[in-house]
Amino acid sequence: MEQQKEAGMIGMWIFLVTEVMFFGGLFLAYTIYRTNYPEGFLYGSHLLNVKLGGTNTVVLIVSSLTMAMAVYYSQKGERKKLVTFLAITLVLGLVFLGIKYVEYSTKIHDHLFPAASLYHPVTPEENPTSEHAIPSNLQRPVQVFLWIYFLMTGLHALHMIIGAGLLTTMILMARKGRFTKNYNSPIEISGLYWHFVDIVWIFLFPLLYLTGFHLTASGH
Amino acid sequence: MADYSHDTTHEHPENPIKYYIGVFGLLMVMTALTVFVAQFDLEEMFKHTPVLEHFSGILNAIVALTIAAIKALAVVLIFMHVRWSSRLTQVIAVSAVFWLLIMLSFTISDYITRGGWPTTLGQ
Repeated sequence: MEQQKEAGMIGMWIFLVTEVMFFGGLFLAYTIYRTNYPEGFLYGSHLLNVKLGGTNTVVLIVSSLTMAMAVYYSQKGERKKLVTFLAITLVLGLVFLGIKYVEYSTKIHDHLFPAASLYHPVTPEENPTSEHAIPSNLQRPVQVFLWIYFLMTGLHALHMIIGAGLLTTMILMARKGRFTKNYNSPIEISGLYWHFVDIVWIFLFPLLYLTGFHLTASGH
Repeated sequence: MADYSHDTTHEHPENPIKYYIGVFGLLMVMTALTVFVAQFDLEEMFKHTPVLEHFSGILNAIVALTIAAIKALAVVLIFMHVRWSSRLTQVIAVSAVFWLLIMLSFTISDYITRGGWPTTLGQ
Protein backbone atom coordinates (compact mmCIF):
# COMPACT_ATOMS: atom_id res chain seq x y z
CA MET A 1 0.00 0.00 0.00
CA GLU A 2 2.75 2.37 0.99
CA GLN A 3 4.56 1.71 -2.27
CA GLN A 4 1.39 2.28 -4.31
CA LYS A 5 0.85 5.58 -2.55
CA GLU A 6 4.43 6.68 -3.19
CA ALA A 7 4.11 5.73 -6.87
CA GLY A 8 0.92 7.80 -7.17
CA MET A 9 2.49 10.83 -5.54
CA ILE A 10 5.57 10.61 -7.78
CA GLY A 11 3.35 10.36 -10.85
CA MET A 12 1.62 13.58 -9.76
CA TRP A 13 4.94 15.30 -9.17
CA ILE A 14 6.12 14.39 -12.68
CA PHE A 15 2.87 15.81 -14.06
CA LEU A 16 3.53 19.00 -12.09
CA VAL A 17 7.01 19.24 -13.67
CA THR A 18 5.32 19.26 -17.09
CA GLU A 19 2.95 21.93 -15.79
CA VAL A 20 5.91 24.05 -14.66
CA MET A 21 7.31 23.84 -18.19
CA PHE A 22 3.90 24.70 -19.66
CA PHE A 23 3.51 27.88 -17.62
CA GLY A 24 7.28 28.45 -17.87
CA GLY A 25 6.93 28.90 -21.63
CA LEU A 26 4.34 31.62 -21.01
CA PHE A 27 6.58 33.34 -18.45
CA LEU A 28 9.34 33.21 -21.06
CA ALA A 29 7.05 34.91 -23.59
CA TYR A 30 6.21 37.48 -20.92
CA THR A 31 9.93 38.20 -20.33
CA ILE A 32 10.74 38.61 -24.02
CA TYR A 33 7.75 40.84 -24.80
CA ARG A 34 8.24 42.91 -21.66
CA THR A 35 11.85 43.59 -22.68
CA ASN A 36 10.64 44.65 -26.10
CA TYR A 37 7.73 46.78 -24.95
CA PRO A 38 8.61 48.08 -21.46
CA GLU A 39 6.27 51.08 -21.70
CA GLY A 40 3.43 48.92 -23.00
CA PHE A 41 3.81 46.57 -20.03
CA LEU A 42 4.04 49.40 -17.48
CA TYR A 43 1.00 51.14 -18.92
CA GLY A 44 -0.96 47.93 -19.45
CA SER A 45 -0.22 46.73 -15.93
CA HIS A 46 -1.56 49.92 -14.42
CA LEU A 47 -4.87 49.32 -16.23
CA LEU A 48 -5.41 46.24 -14.04
CA ASN A 49 -7.27 46.46 -10.75
CA VAL A 50 -4.75 45.84 -7.94
CA LYS A 51 -7.51 45.70 -5.31
CA LEU A 52 -9.31 42.85 -7.07
CA GLY A 53 -6.04 41.09 -7.95
CA GLY A 54 -4.81 41.46 -4.37
CA THR A 55 -8.11 40.17 -2.97
CA ASN A 56 -7.80 37.14 -5.22
CA THR A 57 -4.24 36.58 -3.99
CA VAL A 58 -5.47 36.51 -0.38
CA VAL A 59 -8.41 34.25 -1.35
CA LEU A 60 -5.98 31.76 -2.91
CA ILE A 61 -3.60 31.85 0.08
CA VAL A 62 -6.47 31.12 2.48
CA SER A 63 -7.68 28.33 0.17
CA SER A 64 -4.20 26.79 0.17
CA LEU A 65 -4.27 26.76 3.98
CA THR A 66 -7.71 25.11 4.06
CA MET A 67 -6.56 22.58 1.45
CA ALA A 68 -3.53 21.70 3.60
CA MET A 69 -5.92 21.27 6.56
CA ALA A 70 -8.15 18.99 4.47
CA VAL A 71 -5.17 16.78 3.61
CA TYR A 72 -4.18 16.71 7.30
CA TYR A 73 -7.65 15.57 8.42
CA SER A 74 -7.75 12.95 5.64
CA GLN A 75 -4.52 11.54 7.10
CA LYS A 76 -6.18 11.48 10.51
CA GLY A 77 -9.25 9.79 9.07
CA GLU A 78 -11.60 12.53 10.34
CA ARG A 79 -14.24 12.48 7.64
CA LYS A 80 -16.39 15.40 8.84
CA LYS A 81 -13.49 17.84 9.10
CA LEU A 82 -12.13 16.61 5.77
CA VAL A 83 -15.43 17.38 4.01
CA THR A 84 -15.71 20.76 5.78
CA PHE A 85 -12.25 21.94 4.74
CA LEU A 86 -12.66 20.64 1.18
CA ALA A 87 -15.94 22.57 0.96
CA ILE A 88 -14.34 25.79 2.25
CA THR A 89 -11.53 25.37 -0.29
CA LEU A 90 -14.06 24.86 -3.09
CA VAL A 91 -16.04 27.96 -2.08
CA LEU A 92 -12.84 30.06 -2.02
CA GLY A 93 -11.93 28.74 -5.47
CA LEU A 94 -15.34 29.80 -6.76
CA VAL A 95 -14.92 33.25 -5.14
CA PHE A 96 -11.64 33.59 -7.03
CA LEU A 97 -13.34 32.71 -10.32
CA GLY A 98 -16.18 35.14 -9.57
CA ILE A 99 -13.75 38.02 -9.03
CA LYS A 100 -11.88 37.00 -12.19
CA TYR A 101 -15.20 37.14 -14.06
CA VAL A 102 -15.79 40.70 -12.81
CA GLU A 103 -12.30 41.72 -13.95
CA TYR A 104 -12.71 40.16 -17.39
CA SER A 105 -16.12 41.70 -18.01
CA THR A 106 -14.83 45.14 -16.98
CA LYS A 107 -11.99 44.84 -19.51
CA ILE A 108 -14.37 43.69 -22.25
CA HIS A 109 -16.79 46.51 -21.37
CA ASP A 110 -13.91 49.02 -21.63
CA HIS A 111 -13.08 47.65 -25.11
CA LEU A 112 -9.76 46.32 -23.82
CA PHE A 113 -10.15 42.68 -24.82
CA PRO A 114 -7.17 42.53 -27.17
CA ALA A 115 -8.79 40.64 -30.07
CA ALA A 116 -9.65 42.30 -33.38
CA SER A 117 -12.60 44.71 -33.18
CA LEU A 118 -13.10 44.11 -29.46
CA TYR A 119 -9.96 46.17 -28.90
CA HIS A 120 -10.56 49.84 -29.53
CA PRO A 121 -9.48 51.79 -26.43
CA VAL A 122 -10.17 55.50 -26.16
CA THR A 123 -7.26 57.94 -26.22
CA PRO A 124 -6.72 60.59 -23.50
CA GLU A 125 -7.54 63.24 -26.14
CA GLU A 126 -10.94 61.68 -26.86
CA ASN A 127 -11.84 61.26 -23.19
CA PRO A 128 -9.55 63.08 -20.70
CA THR A 129 -11.39 61.74 -17.62
CA SER A 130 -11.33 58.07 -18.65
CA GLU A 131 -9.26 55.82 -16.40
CA HIS A 132 -8.72 53.27 -19.14
CA ALA A 133 -7.62 55.61 -21.92
CA ILE A 134 -4.43 54.66 -23.76
CA PRO A 135 -2.29 57.13 -25.78
CA SER A 136 -2.39 56.13 -29.46
CA ASN A 137 1.37 55.43 -29.65
CA LEU A 138 1.04 52.89 -26.78
CA GLN A 139 -2.10 51.11 -28.00
CA ARG A 140 -0.22 48.36 -29.87
CA PRO A 141 2.32 47.59 -27.08
CA VAL A 142 -0.50 47.60 -24.48
CA GLN A 143 -2.43 45.19 -26.71
CA VAL A 144 0.55 42.81 -26.52
CA PHE A 145 0.49 43.08 -22.71
CA LEU A 146 -3.25 42.43 -22.61
CA TRP A 147 -2.81 39.32 -24.79
CA ILE A 148 -0.25 37.98 -22.32
CA TYR A 149 -2.57 38.95 -19.43
CA PHE A 150 -5.63 37.20 -20.84
CA LEU A 151 -3.65 34.16 -21.97
CA MET A 152 -1.86 33.59 -18.67
CA THR A 153 -4.74 34.40 -16.32
CA GLY A 154 -7.14 32.55 -18.63
CA LEU A 155 -5.08 29.36 -18.51
CA HIS A 156 -4.69 29.82 -14.76
CA ALA A 157 -8.47 30.22 -14.43
CA LEU A 158 -8.92 27.04 -16.50
CA HIS A 159 -6.71 25.25 -13.97
CA MET A 160 -8.87 26.69 -11.18
CA ILE A 161 -12.02 25.34 -12.89
CA ILE A 162 -10.41 21.90 -13.18
CA GLY A 163 -9.36 22.19 -9.52
CA ALA A 164 -12.94 23.06 -8.51
CA GLY A 165 -14.12 19.96 -10.41
CA LEU A 166 -11.54 17.83 -8.57
CA LEU A 167 -12.64 19.26 -5.22
CA THR A 168 -16.30 18.58 -5.98
CA THR A 169 -15.44 14.97 -6.81
CA MET A 170 -13.36 14.64 -3.64
CA ILE A 171 -16.20 16.04 -1.49
CA LEU A 172 -18.67 13.55 -2.99
CA MET A 173 -16.25 10.64 -2.49
CA ALA A 174 -15.37 11.71 1.05
CA ARG A 175 -19.06 11.96 1.99
CA LYS A 176 -19.54 8.39 0.82
CA GLY A 177 -16.70 7.37 3.14
CA ARG A 178 -14.34 6.35 0.36
CA PHE A 179 -11.27 7.59 2.22
CA THR A 180 -9.67 6.16 5.33
CA LYS A 181 -6.54 6.82 7.35
CA ASN A 182 -4.74 4.31 5.12
CA TYR A 183 -6.22 5.36 1.79
CA ASN A 184 -6.27 9.10 1.06
CA SER A 185 -4.09 9.38 -2.07
CA PRO A 186 -6.72 11.17 -4.21
CA ILE A 187 -6.99 13.88 -1.53
CA GLU A 188 -3.22 14.31 -1.30
CA ILE A 189 -2.86 14.43 -5.09
CA SER A 190 -5.67 16.99 -5.43
CA GLY A 191 -3.90 18.99 -2.71
CA LEU A 192 -0.65 19.03 -4.67
CA TYR A 193 -2.54 20.27 -7.75
CA TRP A 194 -4.32 23.00 -5.80
CA HIS A 195 -1.08 24.28 -4.25
CA PHE A 196 0.61 24.28 -7.65
CA VAL A 197 -2.14 26.48 -9.09
CA ASP A 198 -1.65 28.80 -6.11
CA ILE A 199 2.09 29.02 -6.88
CA VAL A 200 1.37 30.05 -10.48
CA TRP A 201 -0.77 32.92 -9.16
CA ILE A 202 1.98 33.90 -6.69
CA PHE A 203 4.09 34.77 -9.75
CA LEU A 204 1.29 36.13 -11.95
CA PHE A 205 0.07 38.69 -9.41
CA PRO A 206 3.26 40.80 -9.09
CA LEU A 207 4.28 40.38 -12.75
CA LEU A 208 0.90 41.41 -14.18
CA TYR A 209 -0.77 43.64 -11.58
CA LEU A 210 2.10 45.28 -9.72
CA THR A 211 4.53 46.05 -12.56
CA GLY A 212 2.92 49.43 -13.23
CA PHE A 213 1.54 50.00 -9.73
CA HIS A 214 3.98 52.83 -8.93
CA LEU A 215 2.52 54.74 -11.88
CA THR A 216 -0.91 54.69 -10.21
CA ALA A 217 0.46 55.41 -6.74
CA SER A 218 2.44 58.48 -7.81
CA GLY A 219 -0.53 59.83 -9.76
CA HIS A 220 0.60 59.45 -13.38
CA MET B 1 10.29 -5.07 -2.57
CA ALA B 2 11.58 -1.68 -1.56
CA ASP B 3 10.22 -0.36 1.68
CA TYR B 4 9.46 3.26 0.92
CA SER B 5 8.12 4.05 4.34
CA HIS B 6 11.65 4.52 5.71
CA ASP B 7 12.89 6.40 2.68
CA THR B 8 12.06 9.77 4.16
CA THR B 9 14.53 12.46 5.07
CA HIS B 10 12.49 13.75 8.01
CA GLU B 11 9.60 12.09 9.77
CA HIS B 12 6.29 13.81 9.30
CA PRO B 13 5.62 15.98 12.35
CA GLU B 14 2.87 14.74 14.63
CA ASN B 15 1.11 18.08 14.48
CA PRO B 16 1.89 20.00 11.26
CA ILE B 17 -0.85 22.58 11.80
CA LYS B 18 1.53 25.04 13.44
CA TYR B 19 3.72 24.85 10.32
CA TYR B 20 0.69 25.47 8.10
CA ILE B 21 -0.35 28.51 10.12
CA GLY B 22 3.24 29.76 9.99
CA VAL B 23 3.39 29.46 6.19
CA PHE B 24 -0.02 31.14 5.92
CA GLY B 25 1.27 34.07 8.01
CA LEU B 26 4.43 34.30 5.90
CA LEU B 27 2.41 34.31 2.65
CA MET B 28 0.13 37.10 3.91
CA VAL B 29 3.05 39.25 5.13
CA MET B 30 4.97 38.72 1.88
CA THR B 31 1.89 39.64 -0.19
CA ALA B 32 1.50 42.87 1.77
CA LEU B 33 5.23 43.55 1.37
CA THR B 34 5.23 43.04 -2.41
CA VAL B 35 2.23 45.38 -2.83
CA PHE B 36 3.91 47.97 -0.57
CA VAL B 37 7.25 47.87 -2.42
CA ALA B 38 5.51 48.05 -5.83
CA GLN B 39 4.27 51.56 -5.00
CA PHE B 40 7.81 52.89 -5.33
CA ASP B 41 9.79 53.34 -8.50
CA LEU B 42 12.98 51.68 -7.26
CA GLU B 43 14.89 52.49 -10.48
CA GLU B 44 14.22 56.17 -9.88
CA MET B 45 15.12 55.93 -6.17
CA PHE B 46 18.43 54.12 -6.66
CA LYS B 47 19.64 55.50 -9.96
CA HIS B 48 22.67 57.12 -8.29
CA THR B 49 23.37 54.34 -5.77
CA PRO B 50 26.53 52.30 -6.45
CA VAL B 51 25.88 48.73 -7.63
CA LEU B 52 22.09 49.20 -7.70
CA GLU B 53 22.35 51.76 -10.52
CA HIS B 54 23.41 48.94 -12.87
CA PHE B 55 20.05 47.22 -12.37
CA SER B 56 18.06 50.07 -13.84
CA GLY B 57 14.82 48.93 -15.43
CA ILE B 58 14.63 45.61 -13.58
CA LEU B 59 15.04 46.53 -9.90
CA ASN B 60 11.28 46.40 -9.16
CA ALA B 61 11.04 43.08 -11.01
CA ILE B 62 13.97 41.58 -9.07
CA VAL B 63 12.38 42.48 -5.72
CA ALA B 64 8.95 41.20 -6.82
CA LEU B 65 10.38 37.91 -8.12
CA THR B 66 12.50 37.35 -5.01
CA ILE B 67 9.43 37.75 -2.79
CA ALA B 68 7.41 35.46 -5.10
CA ALA B 69 10.17 32.82 -5.04
CA ILE B 70 10.25 32.83 -1.22
CA LYS B 71 6.45 32.42 -1.14
CA ALA B 72 6.58 29.57 -3.68
CA LEU B 73 9.36 27.83 -1.73
CA ALA B 74 7.32 27.97 1.49
CA VAL B 75 4.29 26.47 -0.29
CA VAL B 76 6.38 23.68 -1.87
CA LEU B 77 8.25 22.76 1.32
CA ILE B 78 5.37 22.85 3.81
CA PHE B 79 1.96 22.80 2.08
CA MET B 80 3.19 20.28 -0.52
CA HIS B 81 5.14 18.33 2.14
CA VAL B 82 8.39 18.25 0.16
CA ARG B 83 10.33 18.85 3.37
CA TRP B 84 9.02 15.51 4.66
CA SER B 85 8.89 13.65 1.33
CA SER B 86 11.08 10.88 -0.05
CA ARG B 87 14.38 11.78 -1.68
CA LEU B 88 12.96 10.82 -5.07
CA THR B 89 10.09 13.32 -4.73
CA GLN B 90 12.56 16.01 -3.67
CA VAL B 91 14.76 15.35 -6.70
CA ILE B 92 11.73 15.59 -9.03
CA ALA B 93 10.67 18.88 -7.43
CA VAL B 94 14.18 20.33 -7.86
CA SER B 95 14.32 19.05 -11.45
CA ALA B 96 11.30 21.22 -12.31
CA VAL B 97 13.27 24.34 -11.38
CA PHE B 98 16.32 22.98 -13.20
CA TRP B 99 14.49 22.38 -16.53
CA LEU B 100 12.74 25.73 -16.21
CA LEU B 101 16.05 27.56 -15.76
CA ILE B 102 17.51 25.75 -18.78
CA MET B 103 14.58 26.84 -20.93
CA LEU B 104 14.69 30.45 -19.71
CA SER B 105 18.47 30.94 -19.78
CA PHE B 106 19.14 29.24 -23.13
CA THR B 107 16.30 31.04 -24.90
CA ILE B 108 17.19 34.45 -23.50
CA SER B 109 20.91 34.00 -24.22
CA ASP B 110 19.93 33.11 -27.79
CA TYR B 111 17.95 36.36 -28.09
CA ILE B 112 20.79 38.39 -26.58
CA THR B 113 23.48 37.00 -28.87
CA ARG B 114 21.47 37.25 -32.10
CA GLY B 115 19.77 40.60 -32.36
CA GLY B 116 20.84 42.33 -29.18
CA TRP B 117 18.70 42.87 -26.15
CA PRO B 118 16.04 44.16 -26.29
CA THR B 119 15.31 42.26 -29.46
CA THR B 120 14.13 43.86 -32.66
CA LEU B 121 10.92 41.84 -32.56
CA GLY B 122 8.12 43.56 -34.42
CA GLN B 123 10.10 46.68 -35.18
